[in-house]
Amino acid sequence: MPQNPEKIQDHVELFHQPEYQQLFENKKQFENGHEAEEVQRVAEWTKGWDYREKNFAREALTVNPAKGCQPLGAIFAAVGFEGTLPFVQGSQGCVAYFRTHLTRHYKEPFSGVSSSMTEDAAVFGGLQNMIDGLANSYQLYKPKMIAVCTTCMAEVIGDDLQSFINNAKEAGSVPQTFPVPYAHTPSFVGSHITGYDNMMKGILSNLTAGHKKETSNGKINFIPGFDTYVGNNREIKRIASLFGFDYTILADNSDYLDSPNTGEFDMYPGGTKLEDAADSINAKATIALQAHSTLKTREYIEKEWKQPTSVSRPWGIKGTDEFLMKLSELSGIPIPQELEIERGRAVDAMTDSHSWIHGKRFAIYGEPDLVYSVVGFMLEMGAEPVHILVHNSNEVFEAEIKELLASSPFGQHATVWPGKDLWHMRSLLFTEPVDFLIGNTYGKYLWRDTKIPLVRIGYPIMDRHHLHRYSTIGYQGVINLLNWVVNTLFEEIDRNTNIPSKTDISYDLIR
Amino acid sequence: MTPPENQNIIEERKELIKEVLSAYPEKAAKKREKHLSVYEEGKSDCGVKSNIKSLPGVMTARGCAYAGSKGVVWGPIKDMIHISHGPVGCGYWSWSGRRNYYIGTTGIDTFGTMHFTSDFQERDIVFGGDKKLTKLIQELDVLFPLNRGVSIQSECPIGLIGDDIEAVARKTSKEIGKPVVPVRCEGFRGVSQSLGHHIANDMVRDWVFTRSDQAKKDGTLKFEGTPYDVAIIGDYNIGGDAWASRILLEEIGLRVVAQWSGDGTINEMLMTPNVKMNLIHCYRSMNYISRHMEEAYGIPWLEYNFFGPTKIAESLREIASKFDETIQANAEKVIAKYQPTMDAVIAKYRPRLDGKTVAIMVGGLRPRHVVPAFLDLGMKMIGTGYEFAHNDDYKRTTHYIENGTIVYDDVTAYEFEEFIKALKPDLVASGVKEKYVFQKMGLPFRQMHSWDYSGPYHGYDGFAIFARDMDLALNSPTWSLIGAPWNEKAQAKKAEAKAKAAV
Repeated sequence: MPQNPEKIQDHVELFHQPEYQQLFENKKQFENGHEAEEVQRVAEWTKGWDYREKNFAREALTVNPAKGCQPLGAIFAAVGFEGTLPFVQGSQGCVAYFRTHLTRHYKEPFSGVSSSMTEDAAVFGGLQNMIDGLANSYQLYKPKMIAVCTTCMAEVIGDDLQSFINNAKEAGSVPQTFPVPYAHTPSFVGSHITGYDNMMKGILSNLTAGHKKETSNGKINFIPGFDTYVGNNREIKRIASLFGFDYTILADNSDYLDSPNTGEFDMYPGGTKLEDAADSINAKATIALQAHSTLKTREYIEKEWKQPTSVSRPWGIKGTDEFLMKLSELSGIPIPQELEIERGRAVDAMTDSHSWIHGKRFAIYGEPDLVYSVVGFMLEMGAEPVHILVHNSNEVFEAEIKELLASSPFGQHATVWPGKDLWHMRSLLFTEPVDFLIGNTYGKYLWRDTKIPLVRIGYPIMDRHHLHRYSTIGYQGVINLLNWVVNTLFEEIDRNTNIPSKTDISYDLIR
Repeated sequence: MTPPENQNIIEERKELIKEVLSAYPEKAAKKREKHLSVYEEGKSDCGVKSNIKSLPGVMTARGCAYAGSKGVVWGPIKDMIHISHGPVGCGYWSWSGRRNYYIGTTGIDTFGTMHFTSDFQERDIVFGGDKKLTKLIQELDVLFPLNRGVSIQSECPIGLIGDDIEAVARKTSKEIGKPVVPVRCEGFRGVSQSLGHHIANDMVRDWVFTRSDQAKKDGTLKFEGTPYDVAIIGDYNIGGDAWASRILLEEIGLRVVAQWSGDGTINEMLMTPNVKMNLIHCYRSMNYISRHMEEAYGIPWLEYNFFGPTKIAESLREIASKFDETIQANAEKVIAKYQPTMDAVIAKYRPRLDGKTVAIMVGGLRPRHVVPAFLDLGMKMIGTGYEFAHNDDYKRTTHYIENGTIVYDDVTAYEFEEFIKALKPDLVASGVKEKYVFQKMGLPFRQMHSWDYSGPYHGYDGFAIFARDMDLALNSPTWSLIGAPWNEKAQAKKAEAKAKAAV
């Protein structure tokens, strides 16, 4: 049937129409596909223990990873600084992918340039690309800073950023005093969180050079890490202003990734002021809100700035408590009454929902800091982690997560799976099912196969809108996280109890 | 001859180009100048150079050869496993990004929305990845036994470290008894996705057709031909496009033997050298294999355009003209069957869209192909350009655009924004990287790569959706909320826009 102009059907409905169903059936004769029974047999086999063992025995193959590569994290850090244009030395396709991916998650513009290296650069190196590229982007996009990182192509051929940038400055591409921090970000080392760390260190060491003073400026630095919730930096600002101390968020990309629609496009909304970043070397302390994406940066701050650093992950009640006490200790200001009231509200929300989450078994995957933080909060709710999978894991994370699990009676049945991917997770979910799964958008394939409800927390989230706008940290973040988890569980109960006279016994109005 | 009333437009727009170029350093301006032009009626091309390296640091929208091969040509072949060979990022950031719909049980007999990678580590760079690749192919054949073959999609490091993926392909192909296709589509090759398409096409020729040639010789090729056998070439089934096209070709009585490559299978590729005609939608990405089939097997190919009722009818008639009277009569019947619906769709939406202007920038085909669909709705093109077209694409574009249309090749973010600010189109039709830039400017926008998660847009069924979507983009009440009522500057801008709309 042709379309009805009054009720036009797109792909969501169109292909369920009989003529398309017929078309699909007809097409099979040319496909040399497998018999339906065979597909069914194999599908069943992939759900079992035999398959799980074979799946876990693989050494060379990665299927559906839960990590990306360094430069994306690097440019994510870079746009947190005022007027900063990320510049990626290497092939140009990578930048198209990074911009696309970030844009699909945030529904926001993301600017970044490539030096567009091709075969000739592979042979002769990318110096000329750097010289021309810096000149072009400086003139065209008028940034206050250009932050340079690399793709694996530039890394394999051994481009030397420091000398290239010096050469480009000699050639007059940008003024001598213009900041061009850099970081080598090979995609075959670590993951996107490593790139964040490398770029952050590169930017800070560039901007703070020569700015060390005799006396402290009394401020507290915050480094968010590869945190993709724009609400979080705003929460930090709100908490700091409630205390009333002076602070600097290093790489504050919350305005960049959530800018107002004014009818005009601003390429560089918000960001940490470069002079504030330069003065961050004189702060009294630096607090990183993630551990594993700030490792080298913290080492550098301790060693070069002689400044104390600490890690505070203000997720859940205890995480937020510790964070606020740390802030109170550093600033000498007692914790504001307002925040204690908020704490009470968050705990109240948790008690309201406790019965629906207590004892529920869940699986989780994501970046190490995110997983650590969410597991911590779920333990506070009495939920039981079962499969904890971190593809870009490390030994420090494994030790700390095990310690966290050991500290709670609800953490006794969890297994930590470092370096594993989402196809491993599929086997885990089939062989040892759980009540819900926490992960990013890519987890929807696991939901389809296993029917285990997915709570979307992490990066990327591309198939749901606006989740990134919320905060996940602080007491307010507790309520947001709780909302996502408990309401996903309710949706699932409703989904399973909506057939009249068959399953709708428990189709309750009040929960 | 340029009509005098348009002479001004041409001069004005040439001035605009000059002005935009003045922002570049001299060396860059000289190079970019060749890629920007105003189309003058009667010229045989658009007056732009194309398929040339992008300048460093200018923010090109282009991708790479891997994107062209894995992302576009090979990736949609649903029953093969495509290995993103190299570091983890390329496949991860592009995972499921193109919406090539397919039917199958993912992970069991089809693998389209999965990401397989060798996840290169430093040691793989140092010692080479061939051993790992060999092992990986053995492992995947155990875990995914119903796969019908494997392709190796090279990422940048592979070509730089001197791996021999062809040797691995030959060896593992014997071991698993299935095709293993090595593709050297490293991202640094060529100037855009375009070379990736070409390399991918060439590998079909060298690693797939060699098998069907052999099978033909052995008499093992199971194929019973009919006089009506065709293949759909260059439709990636975005949002179901290829299905909305196939249904029409089948309705006029043709037998569609293969879809390249949306919802496609390797078997369909193997069969294609036996068809009577190749029907090519995306000329840019698959003209290579079409030309090869013409040379090697004598199969003619025909370009068609299934965007909008005007072009669909034209294309159906042209396709039918290559077959017998039965098919020709069927084509008329099909056109007549859908015409009332199309008239009703146009009657409903054209009044809301008539006279609105559009600026387009997409990949290698749609900047010309979608123009008639806009025209069917009364919408006018004021600028168009491609990310990775060649000269033959710009030649073909002249049939689609009007005098005075501004044409930009491999447009940079800066140029595109400046053009849009000056031309003030009612709608921008480009990609996701551009989408939110223009929406922040308060401009309605539709993605022309992914159909903005809608679709299909091909065929008669697709055009109805296309019309609906253009209307909802342009006539969304949300645009009118931009700018606070107490903000004088914002209100002045609004008044200006209103005045323009009234003209």
